[in-house]
Amino acid sequence: MSESSMTRPQAAVAHHTSLGVDNRKLGVWAFIGSETLFFATLITTYFVFAPVNRARPDFQDPRQFLDIELTTVLASILLASSLTMVLALSASKRGDRRWFTTWLLATVGLGLAFIGGQVYEFNHLYHEGLTLSSSLFGTTFFVLTGFHGTHVAIGVIWLLSVFFKVRAYPDSPENAMDVEIAGLYWHFVDLVWVAIFVLVYLI
Amino acid sequence: MAIAERTAGTVSPPSVSVRPGWAGWLSTTDHKRIGIMYLVSAFVFFLIGGIEALLMRIQLGVPDNTFLTPDVYNQMFTMHGTTMIFLGLMPLNVGLGNYMVPLMIGARDMAFPRLNALSIWLFIFGGLMLYVSFFVGGAPNVGWFAYAPLTQKQFAPTAGVDYWIIGIGLTGVASIAGALNFIVTILNMRAPGMTLNRMPLFVWMQLIVAFILIFAFPVLTVGTIQLLFDRHFGTRFFLPNLGGDAVLWQHLFWFFGHPEVYILILPTMGIISEVLPTFSRKPIFGYAFVAYSGVAIGFLGFLVWAHHMFAVGLGPLANAFFGAASFLIAVPTGVKIFNWLATMWQGSLHLTTSMLYAIGFISMFVIGGISGITLASPPINVQQTDSYYVVAHMHYVLFGGAIQGIFAGIFYWFPKMTGRMLNERLGKWQFWLMLVSFNLTFFPMHLSGNEGMPRRIYTYESEMGWNLWNLLSTIGSLLLAVAFLLFLWNVLTSIRRGSIAPADPWDGATLEWSVSSPPPVYNFAVTPRVRSRRPLWDEKYPHLHEVNGSHETPAARLRGLLYDGAEGEMPMAMEPIHLPSPTYAPLIVSVGIMILGFGIIYLGDFGVIAASAMLVGLLIMATGILSWVRISHVDSPYQAH
Ligand code: HEM
Ligand SMILES: [Cu+2]
Repeated sequence: MSESSMTRPQAAVAHHTSLGVDNRKLGVWAFIGSETLFFATLITTYFVFAPVNRARPDFQDPRQFLDIELTTVLASILLASSLTMVLALSASKRGDRRWFTTWLLATVGLGLAFIGGQVYEFNHLYHEGLTLSSSLFGTTFFVLTGFHGTHVAIGVIWLLSVFFKVRAYPDSPENAMDVEIAGLYWHFVDLVWVAIFVLVYLI
Repeated sequence: MAIAERTAGTVSPPSVSVRPGWAGWLSTTDHKRIGIMYLVSAFVFFLIGGIEALLMRIQLGVPDNTFLTPDVYNQMFTMHGTTMIFLGLMPLNVGLGNYMVPLMIGARDMAFPRLNALSIWLFIFGGLMLYVSFFVGGAPNVGWFAYAPLTQKQFAPTAGVDYWIIGIGLTGVASIAGALNFIVTILNMRAPGMTLNRMPLFVWMQLIVAFILIFAFPVLTVGTIQLLFDRHFGTRFFLPNLGGDAVLWQHLFWFFGHPEVYILILPTMGIISEVLPTFSRKPIFGYAFVAYSGVAIGFLGFLVWAHHMFAVGLGPLANAFFGAASFLIAVPTGVKIFNWLATMWQGSLHLTTSMLYAIGFISMFVIGGISGITLASPPINVQQTDSYYVVAHMHYVLFGGAIQGIFAGIFYWFPKMTGRMLNERLGKWQFWLMLVSFNLTFFPMHLSGNEGMPRRIYTYESEMGWNLWNLLSTIGSLLLAVAFLLFLWNVLTSIRRGSIAPADPWDGATLEWSVSSPPPVYNFAVTPRVRSRRPLWDEKYPHLHEVNGSHETPAARLRGLLYDGAEGEMPMAMEPIHLPSPTYAPLIVSVGIMILGFGIIYLGDFGVIAASAMLVGLLIMATGILSWVRISHVDSPYQAH
C-alpha cells in the first residue's frame, strides 16, 4: 500500500447533504455546543463559591495551593497537542501516512502527559490537605478540573480508536473525516483548559 | 458484503435489513422501528405514572385518609412527576418525531441510525433503573425537582435519590444523542427542494426542541453530578451548613426546567400545526410566524427560569425581570393560538378524532396559558406558589396541551405507522370522556389552590373546606383512567382488526402520505422532489398550486427554484438505496453504561464490589464500541459507491 493511498481525494466521495457539511462534522459541532454549557455551568459554580470560600473559617486560598509553574507546563503541553493535531490532520488529508502516524501518536502522548501531570498535581494537593471535602475551594476545584481531565482521557481514547481504525482500514475514504472530527473535539477540550487556566489559576 | 452487488436502484444490504422476531427489534437501526419502540415503552411508563397518580388521588379523595403512608405518598408524587416528564411525554414526542421526521423531509433514515438505537436503549434502561429503586430500599421521595438540601444523605438516606440521578442521567444522555441526531437529520438530509422554509411545521418544532435540549440538559447533568458528589464523595455544593448553596440547585434545575416545558410542548404544537390544516382543508395561516415564533420561544425560554423561584426572595429587580420576561414569552405563544384559529376560520372542518384533539389542545392550552400568566406576576405568585393552583396550571398545559396534542398525532399517524385505522367512534368517545373528566379532575384544583391547599401534602383535615374539590378531582381521575383504557382497547383491537389504511387516508399535504402505510423499509423508492410547503397537495391539486405557493415571498421562491434547478440535473431514480445494517452494538454499549451506572451508585458504600462492576461495565462498553466501529466501517455509505 503506497503512502498516498491512505485517503482518496475528498471530492470523489463527498456525500450529498443539504447544507454541504458532513453529517458527523455537523453533529460534533452541535455536541461541542452542548459541552460548552456543561463546562460553563461548572465554571460558574466555581465562581459562585469563590467569595463564599474566602469568607469561611475553613477558607483555603487557591493562590497558596496552586502551582502556576506546573500548570503552565501542563497548559503548554495541551496547546502543543493542538498543534500536533493540526499537523496530523493535514498529513492525513495529504495522504501522508508516516507523518500522520507520528503526529497523531504525538498528540496522544501529549494528552497522556497532561493527564499524568494532573494526577501528580491532585496527589500533591491531597497531601497538602486540599480535598473534595476540605473546603469549598476543594469541592469546586476538583470537580471542575477532574471533569476536564476526564474529557482529555476520553479524547485520548477517541484518538487511539481513530488511529487503530485507520490502521485497520488504511484505504477508507472516511479516514480524513474521522481524524478531523476527533480533532474538533480535541481542540475544544484544549480550549476549555485555556479557559480554566486563565480563570482559575491565573486570576 | 460484496460491494459490486450494490448496483443502481437496488436496496442494500439486500435481505439482512430486518431480522425476524425479537432479534429484529433488538438489533434494529430503522428509524421507524425505533420510533415505535419509543412510543410503546413511553406509553407503558405513562400508564405506570398514571397508576401512581390514581393512588395519590385515592388517598386525597377524602380527608384524613390512611390509604397511603406519608412516605409512600412522597415516593408516588416524585415518581409520578419524574415518570410523566422524562419517561412519558418526552419520549412520546421523540417517538413520533423519530418515525415521522425522516418521512416528512424525504429521507431514508435518521443521520446516525446506530446512535438512534443507542438513544432508545439508554432511554429504556434509564427508565428501568429509576424503577429498580422501588426494590432496593425505596423510590426517590424528594419531588421531581429534588430541592436541596432535602436530597442530601441525612434527609434522604435510601438509594432512591441516587437511582433518580443515574436514571435521569441515562435518559439525559439518550436525549442529547437523540437531539444531535434530529439536528443533523433535519439540517442535512432534506430532499432536494425542501428548503428550511418549506419544512413541515412539525419538523420545525422538532428542530427547535433539539437545540433547546442540547443547551438545557447539560446544566441539569452538572447539577445532578454535583448532587451525587455531595451524597457520596464529601463535597458540599448544596449543603448550606458548610457554605454550600441550596438556591444554586434551584437555579441549575430551573435553568433546565423551564426550557424543558418547551421541550414537552413545542413538538405537540408542531403536531397540531399539521393536523389543523389537513382537517380544515386549508394551508396553515401564517406559516412563517408559527415557525419563527417557535424559535423566539426557544430563546426566551432560557431567560425566565427564576419565575419558579419568586418565593425564594431573589430581590425586586430579579423578580421584576423574570416576571416581565415571562409575560413577554406569552406573546409569541398567544399569537400562535390565533394562527391556529385563523387556519380553521372558514375552512371546511372535518371533525375526526385527531382534529377534535387538536381543538381540545387549543382550548385547554389557553386556560393553562392564562393561569401561567397569573403565576408569572411575582406578587400573585407568592400567594399561589406551591399550592394546588400550580398543579392545575401545569396539568392544563401538560395534559390539556401536550397529551391532547400527542393524541391528535397518534390518531393522525397511527394508520401510517401500522397500516390500520384506529376506530373513530371509540376515539370520539375517548375524546369527550377525556375532555370532561380532565376538567373535572383539574379545574377544581384552581379553587382548592386558591383556598390555600398546598401541593405535596399526603392528607388534609376535614375542617379545611377542601373536601368537595378533592372528591371531584378523584372522581375525575378515575374517569380519566377509563378514557385511557378505551384508547388501549382501541389500539389493541384496531391493530388486528381495524380497517386497512390506504397510503393517504386524510388527504394530507406532506410527504409521509406519499408512501404506503406502513412505509417500506427504505421509505422512498425514489427521493422525492419538493417545490412548495405542500408537495402532496401540489401533486393532487395542480390547479391549486399557485394558491398554495403564493405564501412564499418572491425571494424565497427564487431560492427554491434555484435549488430545484440545481438538483434537477441529478438522475435521482438511479441512485442506489443504502440502508444501515442491523447491529447489536448500541444495545451492548447501553448495557455497559447501565452497569457502570449501578457501580457509580454504590461506589461510595461498597468500594471494591462497585468498582469491579464499573470495570465490567466499561469492558462491555468497549466490546460494544469495537463492534460499532467495525460495522460502521462495513456499513459506510461511501462503500456503496
Ligand atoms: C404562557 C406561558 C407560561 C407562563 C407565563 C408560565 C408560568 C409559570 C410559572 C410562573 C410557574 C411557577 C409556579 C410556581 O411554582 O409558583 C409555572 C409552573 C409550571 N409550568 Fe408554566 N407557564 C407557562 C406555560 C407553560 C407551559 C407551556 C408548560 C408546559 C408545557 C408549563 C409547565 C409548567 C410546569 C410543569 C410547572 C410546575 C413546575 C413545578 O413546580 O413542578 N408552563 N409556570
Ligand atoms: Cu417555567
